[in-house]
Amino acid sequence: MESASVTHSPALERPASLLASGAGWRRRAKDRLMTVLIAGAFALAMIPLISLVYEVTKRGIPGLSLAFFTEDARGVVGEGGGASHAIVGTLVITGVAAAISVPIGIMGAIYLNEYGQGRLRRALTFFVDVMTGIPSIVAGLFACALFELFFGPGIRLGVMGSVALSVLMIPIVIRSAEEVLKIVPNHLREAAYALGTPKWKTIVKVVLPTAFAGLVTGVMIAIARIVGETAPLLVTTGVVDSMNSDPFHGRMQNLAVYAYNEYRSPGVFKQAAYDKAWAAALTLIAIVMLLNVAARLVYRRYKTEIR
Amino acid sequence: MSQVDTTTNAGQLLAAASGGRRRLGDRVFSRTAVVAAVTILALLAGVAIFLISEGYPAFTAAASELPEGKTFLDYVAPLAFGTVLASAIAALVAVPLAVAAALFITHIAPPKIAGTLGYLVDLLAAIPSIIYGLWGIFVLGPAAVPVLKWLEEKLGWLPFFEGPASATGRTMLVAGIVLAVMILPIVSAIAREAFAQTPRKLTEGAQALGATRWETIRMTVLPFGKSSVISGAMLGLGRALGETMAVTIILSVSGAVTFNLIGQANPSTIAANIALDFPESSGLAINALIATGLVLFAITLVTNMAARAVIARQNHE
Repeated sequence: MESASVTHSPALERPASLLASGAGWRRRAKDRLMTVLIAGAFALAMIPLISLVYEVTKRGIPGLSLAFFTEDARGVVGEGGGASHAIVGTLVITGVAAAISVPIGIMGAIYLNEYGQGRLRRALTFFVDVMTGIPSIVAGLFACALFELFFGPGIRLGVMGSVALSVLMIPIVIRSAEEVLKIVPNHLREAAYALGTPKWKTIVKVVLPTAFAGLVTGVMIAIARIVGETAPLLVTTGVVDSMNSDPFHGRMQNLAVYAYNEYRSPGVFKQAAYDKAWAAALTLIAIVMLLNVAARLVYRRYKTEIR
Repeated sequence: MSQVDTTTNAGQLLAAASGGRRRLGDRVFSRTAVVAAVTILALLAGVAIFLISEGYPAFTAAASELPEGKTFLDYVAPLAFGTVLASAIAALVAVPLAVAAALFITHIAPPKIAGTLGYLVDLLAAIPSIIYGLWGIFVLGPAAVPVLKWLEEKLGWLPFFEGPASATGRTMLVAGIVLAVMILPIVSAIAREAFAQTPRKLTEGAQALGATRWETIRMTVLPFGKSSVISGAMLGLGRALGETMAVTIILSVSGAVTFNLIGQANPSTIAANIALDFPESSGLAINALIATGLVLFAITLVTNMAARAVIARQNHE
């Protein structure tokens, strides 16, 4: 995360001289008031987070069962059945998206930081910025338009979702990888060159290993960012009740779309469907949090001390 | 930057001086990097080209062939209005809170816990939008109903709170607030970074002159971070414009164009409209939806570019 590198300036101390000199009580009162307001605003901003985690946990637990993780939803009406097809779909779609995005993103970052010059470099920097701003639903429409051109209208495949997610993931990977490569000190590269190492070997054997922890962290955070995407998958992977683990054949379910559909069309047994939607939400939040925490741990554990 | 350039040159010199086998490895690797760079540009070009080619038929189609029997412009205008309205509410709510949260973390909270507090704010950005949607409709919406009633009674003379107040909470105001929570972390992170970099000589100088903590913040930290806050707000706005699921789930839509934020009939947004209609559409309706996606892309692009321009100018200074 970008903000991880922020250095915090020490909190401003209340100057003792001010209080002693008996400066106007108005100014002191205003200072107090604003401090309280700012602290209050922070507390207000935290309420949604607390409420969200609490509600998702409370409402998600009733729907969780062994069946939720082991069974699919084929022919299930009301209670029973599970979301194993959605969990497998999430893993496959995200996995394929990562397989597309990580090599392209990291090579792109290597280009920017180690090779890039002139117009292509400037264009790439600029357009990666543009890419970070693409709304997720637009990425979905792109994948849809692309595949419909080749396979005809109405096509729905797991890999279409992966392509849509790649559009969202590549700029995140390239940004974080570029940041990490930038802080690899030049004297390491120069030392390698001085030993007669070719440039590509210097990158592969010196630069990338030094940056390894940061690269892995960046990739994990990028995956955490896309694993819960709903909108682009809604228009690309379709809806299905049974297990399908082949991204190149047929519709594929995933957890976020599953939660949306259970909410959207609950059928007759509303509560059962809502329970499943919340259980899927809880599973999703657990996956995202695990990825975030793991990313932090990897960074702490494996980061190379750079002097 | 200049350091990198020196190394690049050194690397090239060495590469040129060393044997042919080495140069082959270098050539293959650098080509791969260039291919990756070009692939990314091609992908983005692809996004634009496919949206234009698939959306184009809708621009020229007759009104009778399009959904709702309207010309494309009449079709997209209320959606664009809803998109901008929801995002504007989100930005109005989120920016003051985000700035206050950033000030609290960088200049008021004890430095020991500041890092943790920042991490908590960042966590808001990690939560998938589908979950915000479910939270909005099952938790915040019902909780907001009495507030909406109160707004109608006390502030009903304002067009925003005209009412009749929704009994479900599925209103523009609630959707805007959920969007605000979603963009708060991005605005706050950018503001935090800027506030933390306020030169110590400025804050300490203000304190030495006897300024209170608030006066120090107002006279040094806020002016220093101003342009970052503006660009952060615009990036947040860009995020809110394209946000889909939360609005899709929360808002009860009717296609009405109204400033009434607490009623049952609300304008939809471009993104939510695509998510709602796309799965059941076919033929020219698909083209029309893709064309609205293109309009959304254009709106977010302009917003983001403006934000980048503010950042660039600030870096220049």
